[in-house]
Amino acid sequence: MIVQPVLIVAAALFSLGIYGILVRRNAVMVLLSIELILNSVNINFVLFDAMLSDTMMGGQIFSIFIITIAAAEVGIGLAIVLMLFRNRQTANINEFDLMKW
Amino acid sequence: MNLLAESKLSYGDGGVFAEYAWILVVLPFISALIITFFGKKLPYKGAEIALATIGSIFFYSSALLYKHITEGIVNEFFIVVGNIGTFDIEFGWVVDGLSIMMYFVVGTVALLVFIYATNYMKGEVRYTFFFTSLTLFAGSMLVLVSSPTLIQILIGWELVGVCSYLLIGHYWETKDNSSAAMKAFITNKIADIGLMIGIIILALNTGTLRISEILYQSTHDYEDIKNVAFVAGVLLFIGAMGKSAQFPLHVWLPDAMAGPTPVSALMHAATMVTAGVYLLARMFPFYEAMAHEALDIVMLFGVITLITAGLIAVVQDDLKKVLAYSTVSQLGYMVAAIGSGAYTASLFHLWTHAFFKALLFLGAGSVIHAVHTNSMLEMGGLRKYMPRTFITFIIGTVALAGLPPFAGFFSKDEILASLNHEGETTFLVISIIGAFVTAFYMTRAVALTFLGEYRGHGHPHESDKMMTVPLMFLAVFAIGAGWVNIPGVYTGFTTWVTTRANKINEYHPESFDYTALFSGLIAGLLGIGLGYFVYQLQGSADKGDKLIKVEPIWTVLENKYYLDHFYFKYLINPTKLTIANAVDRINTNFLDRIINSFGLAASFLGQIVYNNFDQKGIDKFLNASSTSTDSFGGKVKLLQTGKTQQYLMLFLAGVVTISLLILFII
Repeated sequence: MIVQPVLIVAAALFSLGIYGILVRRNAVMVLLSIELILNSVNINFVLFDAMLSDTMMGGQIFSIFIITIAAAEVGIGLAIVLMLFRNRQTANINEFDLMKW
Repeated sequence: MNLLAESKLSYGDGGVFAEYAWILVVLPFISALIITFFGKKLPYKGAEIALATIGSIFFYSSALLYKHITEGIVNEFFIVVGNIGTFDIEFGWVVDGLSIMMYFVVGTVALLVFIYATNYMKGEVRYTFFFTSLTLFAGSMLVLVSSPTLIQILIGWELVGVCSYLLIGHYWETKDNSSAAMKAFITNKIADIGLMIGIIILALNTGTLRISEILYQSTHDYEDIKNVAFVAGVLLFIGAMGKSAQFPLHVWLPDAMAGPTPVSALMHAATMVTAGVYLLARMFPFYEAMAHEALDIVMLFGVITLITAGLIAVVQDDLKKVLAYSTVSQLGYMVAAIGSGAYTASLFHLWTHAFFKALLFLGAGSVIHAVHTNSMLEMGGLRKYMPRTFITFIIGTVALAGLPPFAGFFSKDEILASLNHEGETTFLVISIIGAFVTAFYMTRAVALTFLGEYRGHGHPHESDKMMTVPLMFLAVFAIGAGWVNIPGVYTGFTTWVTTRANKINEYHPESFDYTALFSGLIAGLLGIGLGYFVYQLQGSADKGDKLIKVEPIWTVLENKYYLDHFYFKYLINPTKLTIANAVDRINTNFLDRIINSFGLAASFLGQIVYNNFDQKGIDKFLNASSTSTDSFGGKVKLLQTGKTQQYLMLFLAGVVTISLLILFII
């Protein structure tokens, strides 16, 4: 069973996602980065499920849940970004400081 | 003590009726409160509560009177409310012949006056307040007459004074009216000092405030009370002189006409001026047994009052003032009767007088309501316009003048008979002259008001039913009230009022005293005849006065013996100018300065405390805490930039730090 390379791929995806969230200015790109993080987690779930030969298939089922939630989240997130873009004519995440003191 | 046991054999104790007689006293005060708080919102503005109250009092007192007539009640109840030294301060209620008679008089007259007042006062200012005061007035009188202790008598006495002040000054916007109220109050207050000292002397020498105890001691020859009996008797009489308007303290009563007419009627018939006579009657066994010399003084003042006031009434042009002086004069008869030892005769006159004087006042009120003036010179000929008022007024007049078979005849005759029996010939003659004067001025009043031609400018009309019906009821009483005490025929009244815990030793005529009877009757007829002759046959109104004008007596009478001038010149103004000024000076220079310096010191101290303690201490601390919070918050809030990525960065940094710590330290 090849474990290590898969874990490395997952960690790389996770780090890429974090990097994307912190660095990208475009809100759509930030959302995409969040998807990367979720998918890296999914990989981990599937890997460990296969590795531990879980008879209940818990890891695989959980990854399906996460995909569902990610879809919903992206739907809401894109809607918010769209509304913000309409009001402000920009998708730059640094411009959205409504919660500032 | 044992005095109730003494009498218990012959009289009943009244049972439940007597036990609950306190309702009579308490009810008016409760309803006065209700009228004060809710009166204005009710459909009849509180008058209905006053009427219901006084109606219940009337029915209760009638029931008591009926029970008293059938079985004879003597009972008293005490409630101890506290004590001063060895004195128990007790309130309570007496149910015996004298007080039941007074309950009935107050209840009946007040009920009719209240009914009358609902119409008479319609549309006047402070209508609700008027009924509050009127209810309180009746209630205060009931406190007074139900009193078994001297302290309660004093309380009732003062309450009556206060209520009369409120009612006389009902239209206080006019200066004259408020001065009249003040005059009544102050004159009464001067007399009250006598009553207070008298009560204190009696209490100190008997060791009790219970009236029945004091009477028991005086009829059983106790030494302590005997020594002070004369002084105490005179002092109590001075108190009675104020309320019962005896010369020379009668000056407040005619001025009290400033109040609305129903008040005058109530005050003159039942609730105020009878208080003095009631006090003398209540204390009668004491006077009789110990203070016989004081009774002579009582009689002297009574006789002086009856003739002087009667003469003033002849020259008055104000209809209500004629009646006022007539009241003073009739009170003189009552007091003179008590003074001569004729207890029943005095109370009998009080009883009949209450009805016919209330009738006369309400009749006068009806007239005044119609012509809008008090002056008889602007009346005349009203018999055509106001037949019901005219007939009832005539009945009252005849009752007052003392013609048979009207009420006043029997009571006045009994007083004259008692004076005759006592051998007081001079006083008897003066009283008979008084009867003549009474008949004369009443005929004058009737002639000027109702006979001849109308001299005013208005359009007089008969009063409303609410006013004439009470007049008719009172007229029935004015005719029949005397029949309860006809010597030799039926002397029920004597039995009623002499039913008391302490035995009354008094003269009571067994049959008619024909000397007194005929001289009184002839005097009355002569008075009426002369009055009719002068004011009707020989000339009208103003001409009539000229016929009998005798200078300088007329001027003296018009100026009321210069008594008011005397009071102002020698008592009131000196007091105002010297004592009042001196007191004022003491007040401004001494008392005010002390108080002002206290105020200044307090203000100075307050300033110091404010500057040093409050401003520099507490406020500074509180301000410092708030400003420091503010400035700290100002710095910390800068972290909240609203930029999500910054937050995430910090979050990540935290996670990394904690992870490293866990990795390397643990």
